[in-house]
Amino acid sequence: MTTSGFDVAVIGGGLHGLSAALHLARAGRRTVILERSWVGRHASSATAAGVRTLGRDLAEVPISLEAMAMWHRIEAIVGDDCGFHADGQIRVAEFDRHWPDLAEREARMRALGYAHEELIDAAELRRLVPALSPHCVGALVARRDGAADPHRTIAAFRRACEAAGVTVIEGCGLDAVERQGADWLLRCGARRIIAPVVVNAGGAWAGKLAVLFGDEIELGLKASMMIVTERLAPLLAPVVSVVGRALSFKQSDQGTLVIGGGLQGAADLDRQSSSVDFVTLAKGARAAVDLFPMVGDVRIARSWTGIEAKTRDLLPVIGASPNAPGLFHVFGFSGHGFQLVPIVGAILSDLIVEGGTQRQIAAFAPERLMANRAAA
Amino acid sequence: MSAIDLLIVGAGPAGMAAAVAARRHGLSVLVVDDQPAPGGQIWRAVETVAATPRGARLGAAYRGGAERTATFRACGASYEPGSQLWQIEPGFRAFLTRAGKARTVTAKAIILATGAQERPTPFPGWTLPGVLTVGAAQILLKTADTVPAQPVWIAGSGPLPLLYMTQLLAAGGKIAGFLDTTPRGRVRAALPHLPRAVSGLGDLAKGLAWTWALKRAGVAVIRHVTELAADGDGKLQTLRYRTEDGRADAVPAEVLLVHEGVVPSIHAPLALGCAVEWHPLQQCYVPKLDAWGETSQAGIFVAGDGAGIGGAEAAELRGGLAGLRAAVTVGGLAEAAAEAEARPLRRRLARALALRPFLDTLFAPRPQAFAPADATIVCRCEEITAGEIRARAALGRPGPNQLKAFTRAGMGPCQGRQCGYTVMHLVAAAQQRPVGEVGFYRVRPPLKPVTLGELASLDETAP
Repeated sequence: MTTSGFDVAVIGGGLHGLSAALHLARAGRRTVILERSWVGRHASSATAAGVRTLGRDLAEVPISLEAMAMWHRIEAIVGDDCGFHADGQIRVAEFDRHWPDLAEREARMRALGYAHEELIDAAELRRLVPALSPHCVGALVARRDGAADPHRTIAAFRRACEAAGVTVIEGCGLDAVERQGADWLLRCGARRIIAPVVVNAGGAWAGKLAVLFGDEIELGLKASMMIVTERLAPLLAPVVSVVGRALSFKQSDQGTLVIGGGLQGAADLDRQSSSVDFVTLAKGARAAVDLFPMVGDVRIARSWTGIEAKTRDLLPVIGASPNAPGLFHVFGFSGHGFQLVPIVGAILSDLIVEGGTQRQIAAFAPERLMANRAAA
Repeated sequence: MSAIDLLIVGAGPAGMAAAVAARRHGLSVLVVDDQPAPGGQIWRAVETVAATPRGARLGAAYRGGAERTATFRACGASYEPGSQLWQIEPGFRAFLTRAGKARTVTAKAIILATGAQERPTPFPGWTLPGVLTVGAAQILLKTADTVPAQPVWIAGSGPLPLLYMTQLLAAGGKIAGFLDTTPRGRVRAALPHLPRAVSGLGDLAKGLAWTWALKRAGVAVIRHVTELAADGDGKLQTLRYRTEDGRADAVPAEVLLVHEGVVPSIHAPLALGCAVEWHPLQQCYVPKLDAWGETSQAGIFVAGDGAGIGGAEAAELRGGLAGLRAAVTVGGLAEAAAEAEARPLRRRLARALALRPFLDTLFAPRPQAFAPADATIVCRCEEITAGEIRARAALGRPGPNQLKAFTRAGMGPCQGRQCGYTVMHLVAAAQQRPVGEVGFYRVRPPLKPVTLGELASLDETAP
């Protein structure tokens, strides 16, 4: 079965693929999403769903701030608030020795003209997070940051996509590609889809997809582990992280504690699976219990890992392929892609519809990770 | 961290027999069990109860467990009661919690002898206080001699309600009535299996004896009950039921005990990636096992009711076989010697299982058990109703894992032990697919809800 008539085929039904498809469809492009298993299967549903500008790499700050403005009106964009609450993200200094890290960061941001990261003392920290252990000396806070609900976010973006006319095909994995005149012929099992423009939003598998088009992009893997607990009475509203330890700690709308922070499990790309390493995860539990001693007796309901692509410089890959005409890459978010979802779709739409973007994306160019670009 | 040859999870009939067999061939064996004493469900607390009047009331089959626990205690296996196993990593590294502290153990082979659980069958009001399972009531009877003060209603199907009712009467309890949910025509359907079951006639006689005892005691039996509902303000007050013949009634009730059969505990095998297959008669998954009880994952065995419901005698024999095989793969026991020792066990196992097709047919769950009304809660942890799952299952063809993300059903601490099979059936019905094709939830570690503090205790590095 061959299907043509699409302007853009997005490979990968994760949040970045959905966001790209949404913006493209709204710009009038006939768009199809080809998803190997089902929408949101991997990193998008395994994410802690932090919506964070705090502590971003300087190269990401401009688009992250624009994304944050979009999150604050996310209901207007996708028709649902995605469970987003702007209760702030807080990076805690436990001891005096951790303070300079935060102070230097705040000074650098201020010098660059950014005001969204703010130093707070122990008293203000206690006011924001009364449950925090009293040994903590202060923190850096981004008050407009927060967190969302990943499943609601996936569902909202999908509904918005379909309402905008995007075709979503699940159970449709890309096996091979061919150039056919000015088009790409995409073979997915018995299905063939023809489109002139392709967006590679393949997440952890994006590197393998890129190779099908002749792009070799150096990519690593992340398999960040998460813990979710039984439900508790309200304990804290902001998302808390801490200097010098791998911890991200928050409470969901349902009352469960969601604990992450980037501790790594094991990933197996070919089996499309990943597994939890509890000896490593114990460090996260230790950090949680040290910062919030009252949670020691809280039961863990389950733990999991999500697989995604990691780049050498931990910055995403966003941009046109230097080799393959009509191919655009968007992946490699290295553990902090969720917040960027709304803006990334807008950027892709700029690149594909306008042929370029005013937004600052030079640092994300695929070429920086490609040894074979000279061969183009 | 300690290293051993064989880790056995569960100290019921299968786990104890496996330990005895493996020890006989010199393996170092650790048996962990979450109960405070050996015996499993069938012989729960037998060491302290067997010689008491309560032991006498519980029957000879129960008292026979005391000999087994004594043999097990003397076999030289390390035994850690009150331990929870909550994760097994390849290799094998097992994660245990005992007395608030977590630790790891490495083992060359693992026997999962974690038994069965009662099949959850949601009906309106099944989460009300006053409604519990027959299994839970029997635990109270065995460990604490607790007999409900008021007459109890029993509803369900299978051997356990019959056994419990005779035990309850012997202990001085009162039965308001038995709502037998076995559908009409089941005896006729099961009878063709009887000739093969000749060697299991002893068990059959036991079942008939229970039935007669209930008749003699004048227990009211209402047959072919298809629908149940528990009503009340904050606790059970009224029990409503309807039969195949359309007979319906509402009766005052304070305690309702339900039981619709047992299904193997499959969370550990699923989490370990062991292949399972659908048992169409019993509407549950069973692990795919070879003749020794080894799963598709080398070195991981399942013995006892976790391997497929077979009862205590079959459990012991399966435990013995798995223990022998572990002695071959880990301890260097000669294959021929193991075969010779296994032969009589296999013969006895075939006899012990001969009655199963008859029982499985007779007590196959009624279809209504998997088709609760829309307003009925299916996932108790997250309070998700059958209607919510039906509605979402009809949009596209989501499987249980997608429904979990959409509805939160199965996301709670029980990890789908309560709602998993019901959700499978709801999906199958909504999408008109065979239920065995739908698949189960992906099982996420930990297998038991370990606390943050316990997990933190594994981390020995300074902060």
